[in-house]
Amino acid sequence: MTERLLELTPLFTLSIYETLMMVVISLVIATLIGIPLGILLVITRPNHLAPNRWIFQILNIIINIIRSVPFIILMVAIIPFTEILVGSAIGIEGAVVPLIVYTAPFIARLMETALLEVDQGVIEAYLSMGASRTQIIRRIMIREARPGILLCLTIATIGLIGATAMAGAVGAGGLGDLALRYGYQQWDLPVMMVTVIILIIIVQCIQSLGNWAANKMKKNL
Amino acid sequence: MIELIDIHKTFRVDKREVEALKGVTIRVRKGEIYGVIGFSGAGKSTLLRMINLLEKPTSGKVIVSGQDLLELNEKQLRGARKKIGIIFQHFNLLSSYNIFDNVAEILRMNKVSKQEIKRKVDELLKLVGLEDKAEAYPSQLSGGQKQRVGIARALAMDPEILLCDEATSALDPQTTESILDLLLDINEKLGLTIVLITHEMHVIQKICDQVAVMENGQVIEQGSVLDIFSVPKHNTTKNFMRTIFNDEMPEEMVNKIKKVNSYTTRLRVTFRGDAAMDSVIGNISSKFAVDTNILYGSITSIKGTALGILIIQLSGERDIVEEAISYIKGAVYHVEVQAQKEGKQEVLNT
Repeated sequence: MTERLLELTPLFTLSIYETLMMVVISLVIATLIGIPLGILLVITRPNHLAPNRWIFQILNIIINIIRSVPFIILMVAIIPFTEILVGSAIGIEGAVVPLIVYTAPFIARLMETALLEVDQGVIEAYLSMGASRTQIIRRIMIREARPGILLCLTIATIGLIGATAMAGAVGAGGLGDLALRYGYQQWDLPVMMVTVIILIIIVQCIQSLGNWAANKMKKNL
Repeated sequence: MIELIDIHKTFRVDKREVEALKGVTIRVRKGEIYGVIGFSGAGKSTLLRMINLLEKPTSGKVIVSGQDLLELNEKQLRGARKKIGIIFQHFNLLSSYNIFDNVAEILRMNKVSKQEIKRKVDELLKLVGLEDKAEAYPSQLSGGQKQRVGIARALAMDPEILLCDEATSALDPQTTESILDLLLDINEKLGLTIVLITHEMHVIQKICDQVAVMENGQVIEQGSVLDIFSVPKHNTTKNFMRTIFNDEMPEEMVNKIKKVNSYTTRLRVTFRGDAAMDSVIGNISSKFAVDTNILYGSITSIKGTALGILIIQLSGERDIVEEAISYIKGAVYHVEVQAQKEGKQEVLNT
């Protein structure tokens, strides 16, 4: 058994690489999209910095729609969109697009929660001292919500790892695909076990890292 | 300095209209400490937020330092707000910034140079007595210290006006005293105009020059603190006054007056400044053949002027009692006849 696993080592390494690639690329882009959306979701609320019922409601509905579609279905459903965007709906690039579409609204929601934790009174204080909206968003809200934002990105990353498992369906490889092909289809229990253990380790590491960093930031609060 | 003219404000709550302010006019002169007192829901907080337009009036004029704030565009309004500092009941400090940065942040937003920020913040922290706490975080400070940081932050932009939104309501009595002393101190040192809202009469008594009493979105009484304290007219004002001078007669006392057989009156006598209370009372007894009974007496100081309240009961021959009353009226600031009884029959009792 050990021999066979050693034989498969390159396969494991490749899968880990593929998973991490997908996670990192989609996380970076989804964060860049999700954070501004999360901010919009907060400031367009009534009585906030830039109340706008339309933007708020439309964003809200779109995010809810995307969030209610299971990833595997979303991936298939947006194949035409993916093809237009990256020219192909298979492989890593084919998986990254749906991963972003799936994760960005998730990050937006988590960001919303984190930003809403910032005391309305603090925002009011800086408004009344003549700070501009951009200053309040950048230097007050985001800064005050940093520990929460960090935890939100941690959760998003872990969710993303889960979603990449299904990316095998479009031939993007990764650990989930490995577990599926060897473990499930060939009933190769050791390979499946090792894959699962690797996934557990990765998730544990990310969560611990996130908690540690958030606590370090929160130390003074 | 500040003029709020005929301010109306209507809020929409669940499709129902709530009138928070119903035509309020107040004028605050430069360098003065102006207090607005009222129970919660009276509209005082909304009124305070009109001064920097955190709330926009439904109708009315807001004039600060000669500028009609409602005519300014967003950028100009931000400029005007920089000259209006504000402190809050719950301090509203930045929990992720240390004390130095809490005060410095607004200066950084306004692109003040690093050395200037250092100089300014150090000076402000010294003014509020927190020079040794620059590195601490808000969570490590007591309520009073947090409010001091709030004051330092509010003063960072060299405002001409300081708004205090229930600034001492979350503090214990001793800390309240020290914060009030600090406000008084900066009012004198910096010539700052202060507008504060509170539900504590004590705060008004201790530091305010002028006071407005609010109820149901209206100002029901306003004037100098000394005048309002001497002769409160409205019932709500009287209730607030009782938190300082608890001159409400116990039931037994009120009933006692009924048992006296001769002509009896109960007077509320207000002394101001140098009018010596004891000599007036002494004179009544020696000059007039009336029985004098002191039911209540208290003296306090309002911004350096002594204010005394005395409740006395005079009984005797009707004419002599009346004579004594007019003598007292001539010697003191104000006399109010609270109750009167002629022989065995109750004539008037308030």
